[in-house]
Amino acid sequence: MRERDLVIVGGGPAGMAAAISAHENGVKDILLLERDQYLGGILNQCVHTGFGIEYFKEVLTGPEYAERFVKKVRDIPSIEISLRSFVVRLSRDRVLTYLKPGILETIKAKAVIMATGCREKTREMVHIPGTRPAGIFSAGLAQKLINVEGLLPGKEVVVVGSGDIGLIMARRFTLEGAKVKAVIEIQAETRGLIRNVVQCVEDFDIPLYFNHKISRIYGSDRVEKVHVVRVDKDHNEISGSGFDITCDTVLLSVGLIPENELIEMAGAELDRKTNSPVSDGLNKTSIPGIFACGNSFKVYDIADSVTRDSELAGKLAAEYIRGL
Amino acid sequence: MNVYDIAIIGGGVVGTAIARELARYRLRVALLEKETELAFGVSKSNSGIIHPGTSNPPGSLKAKLCVEGNRLTRKIAKELGIDVKEVGELIVAFSEEDLARLHEIKKDGEALGVPGLKIVDRAWLDKHEPNLSKEVIAALYAPTGAIISPYRWVYDFAENAARNGVEIFTDTKVESIIRKDHGFELIAGARTFKARRVINAAGLYADEVCGMVGIRDFKITPRKGEEFLLDKKRENITNHLIFPIHTKTSKGMLVIKTSDGNPMIGPTAEDISDKEDLSTSREGFEKVLSSVKRLVPSINGDDVIAYFAGLRPVAGDDFIIRHEDKAPGFITVAGIQSPGLTSAPAIALYVVGILKKSGLRLKKKIFFHKHRKKEVHLFAIPLDATKKLIEKDASYGDIVCRCEMVSAKEVRDAIKRGARTMDGIKFRTRCQSGRCHGSFCTTRVMKILAEETGAPVTSVTKRGCGSEIVKEDRSK
Ligand SMILES: Cc1cc2nc3c(=O)[nH]c(=O)nc-3n(C[C@H](O)[C@H](O)[C@H](O)COP(=O)(O)OP(=O)(O)OC[C@H]3O[C@@H](n4cnc5c(N)ncnc54)[C@H](O)[C@@H]3O)c2cc1C
Ligand SMILES: Cc1cc2nc3c(=O)[nH]c(=O)nc-3n(C[C@H](O)[C@H](O)[C@H](O)COP(=O)(O)OP(=O)(O)OC[C@H]3O[C@@H](n4cnc5c(N)ncnc54)[C@H](O)[C@@H]3O)c2cc1C
Repeated sequence: MRERDLVIVGGGPAGMAAAISAHENGVKDILLLERDQYLGGILNQCVHTGFGIEYFKEVLTGPEYAERFVKKVRDIPSIEISLRSFVVRLSRDRVLTYLKPGILETIKAKAVIMATGCREKTREMVHIPGTRPAGIFSAGLAQKLINVEGLLPGKEVVVVGSGDIGLIMARRFTLEGAKVKAVIEIQAETRGLIRNVVQCVEDFDIPLYFNHKISRIYGSDRVEKVHVVRVDKDHNEISGSGFDITCDTVLLSVGLIPENELIEMAGAELDRKTNSPVSDGLNKTSIPGIFACGNSFKVYDIADSVTRDSELAGKLAAEYIRGL
Repeated sequence: MNVYDIAIIGGGVVGTAIARELARYRLRVALLEKETELAFGVSKSNSGIIHPGTSNPPGSLKAKLCVEGNRLTRKIAKELGIDVKEVGELIVAFSEEDLARLHEIKKDGEALGVPGLKIVDRAWLDKHEPNLSKEVIAALYAPTGAIISPYRWVYDFAENAARNGVEIFTDTKVESIIRKDHGFELIAGARTFKARRVINAAGLYADEVCGMVGIRDFKITPRKGEEFLLDKKRENITNHLIFPIHTKTSKGMLVIKTSDGNPMIGPTAEDISDKEDLSTSREGFEKVLSSVKRLVPSINGDDVIAYFAGLRPVAGDDFIIRHEDKAPGFITVAGIQSPGLTSAPAIALYVVGILKKSGLRLKKKIFFHKHRKKEVHLFAIPLDATKKLIEKDASYGDIVCRCEMVSAKEVRDAIKRGARTMDGIKFRTRCQSGRCHGSFCTTRVMKILAEETGAPVTSVTKRGCGSEIVKEDRSK
């Protein structure tokens, strides 16, 4: 089994910032594993602007923001980057297994940083009853289809949830010529940034319904309509308040959850509600030598904060290795 | 035009089990299915349980076929390379009255030939099923209760039938049947199939298909069952299938183990009228959750990652399997509600018996390929086996599905074996069926499907025409 000083899982902004910082703090042997074919993580599909305002004091797109870090990690010889490398196993004593076309490799690390990002909550997690036709997408998947693949998922869209990705996708669909018929939010106010409400929804006259939820999805092959109801402050349906909206697509933007199945496998404690590691400090897990940062530690609103906090993970891992 | 000896209508577990059984003989057999892929009817949405045969009315046809089907399933599964997981079943008692019922169920089961039944006490349960409610005082243990992947079972029957010469036609909906001297003409869109004999295994639509030859003495009522899947992380919440004591219309709401690891809870049982209504409801969820919490209190609604509904094709209390004397050569296999999945191999033999009785001479083929090569599922094998596979074929290391660890190679193989839709790939490989529901892998799987079939990516569907995933390609 090969031994490495530091293995970082995930090559998004968190993993890259942690790698750079670990190097700056003296770690000489760093392996950065990324399952995709490029670095940058979720930023690659965020082609809109609004990144870097805090960190670089500049307004960048997601890919531009990522590119600054990609250049930097590529220039550091002690960081080995392995793409298309999917980590499938992690144990308490920091033994990792990853798969890659043609290779299955098991390595032992002195320290591990998990920077695996998050995944979107699904329709099932928010319990929307009804049928299961084509045309129901998470906002992130729709974003990838449009921005990365050039495919338009639908033409008449209802967005569920006013999270940032949902708001941004409402604008994206509108710019692509689709009709966004409504954004439905169960809370009394948005979960997203105010600037996104203004620039993505209000500026395009998209109706935004607060205190409403989708109570049912209809359609056998493809989505045909949704039923929307008003809710009281305990989120119970108010009878008689319902109405239908015809649409061919439902986009869900109902929250993100840290992707922590690997540290859970290793035996680290997770908070059952948030899926974040239970820890006594930023970027730590309950297992010494296994750190977590970025959206896998907790869900951040903006990438700039991910970068800033993940730098600390690199430093913590360096200190841990030095102390061994 | 060619005349088939036998045309089977319906590509669910019943139709394909019959097809595979008939493939042993020197017959020209066609199987006609209206959907784009097989197993898209009732056979895709059920509990996946190979029932031991304890909960059926003694003297019924389904009681007999269930016990026999349970035995045959194990044998055929070995030949077809599909896993039957021997988990065993527990029917639980909360009171002395329940316990008395268990003794009756045991006696009835033994009379039917269900092997190995025994009453187990609290100490046994503490040891073997620690998460079971402490209020359970005893249980009836049925060791032959087992689980299987229902759709893969259908695909394996079909693949092996096709290997032995059965011709399978999908997207082929039989719309009318004309009786002729030689037998029957089946009209499916622009195509006509001639067959000397017809087997109606059309599931929920078996009454309508019978109507096409003038037989209208039964009606199929769909009985909806909603089921809820939990995260694979909770795989070991129970070690057995957990049943309450059944009622007349239903086996009750169960804590189920599934062949791929996710626990499942359900199903509800509600008679409805629409044969296409596969919707799930909030009420269904609440009903299931509160019922199963009585069995296993630690089940948590937050662990639900997926849900679906299935419709049991109910025509009275029992299966209807018979030769129609009013339409000689026409065989009805209808009302195959639960335990239809379990009974399918026994139903197939029963149908062969009817065919023989109706005068068909059956001659065995000189060579029948009874085995099928088992396909690879990385999630089901140890890592050192995966390593060897990757060394042989690099694309086993190219992971497409993050939640279920499915490789590009498995997806391509599924397409080579007949998958044509996103759901078809999901059923065969599990990709898209994990906790992220395909958010991660959908784009990649669409591209592989388009590439392998040579069709544009815009034509990729969830489950057939009309369910296209995307509307337009703007990249060109
Ligand atoms: C759909 C979506 C849209 C967003 N839009 C915005 C936005 O517009 N503006 C904004 O400021 N923030 C946005 N965010 C928040 C954004 O996620 C964070 O700002 C930041 O990108 C998080 O960085 P990260 O490195 O923690 O995660 P990610 O960027 O998600 O990176 C995680 C990386 O880990 C890899 N990985 C995961 N598991 C494994 C494994 N087992 N093996 C190997 N590699 C693995 C992944 O492939 C990925 O590259 C968005 C988030 C999502 C999910
Ligand atoms: C919720 C639920 C749970 C269940 N759990 C279990 C269990 O745990 N164990 C068990 O043993 N059984 C169980 N069952 C029962 C079992 O699923 C069924 O008995 C079995 O799947 C029936 O198979 P089939 O082939 O008859 O029907 P189907 O799978 O529906 O096959 C019939 C096929 O005919 C096709 N068809 C219809 N009309 C036409 C036409 N005109 N032309 C061409 N094709 C046509 C349909 O598209 C369909 O594919 C359960 C059922 C439900 C609903």
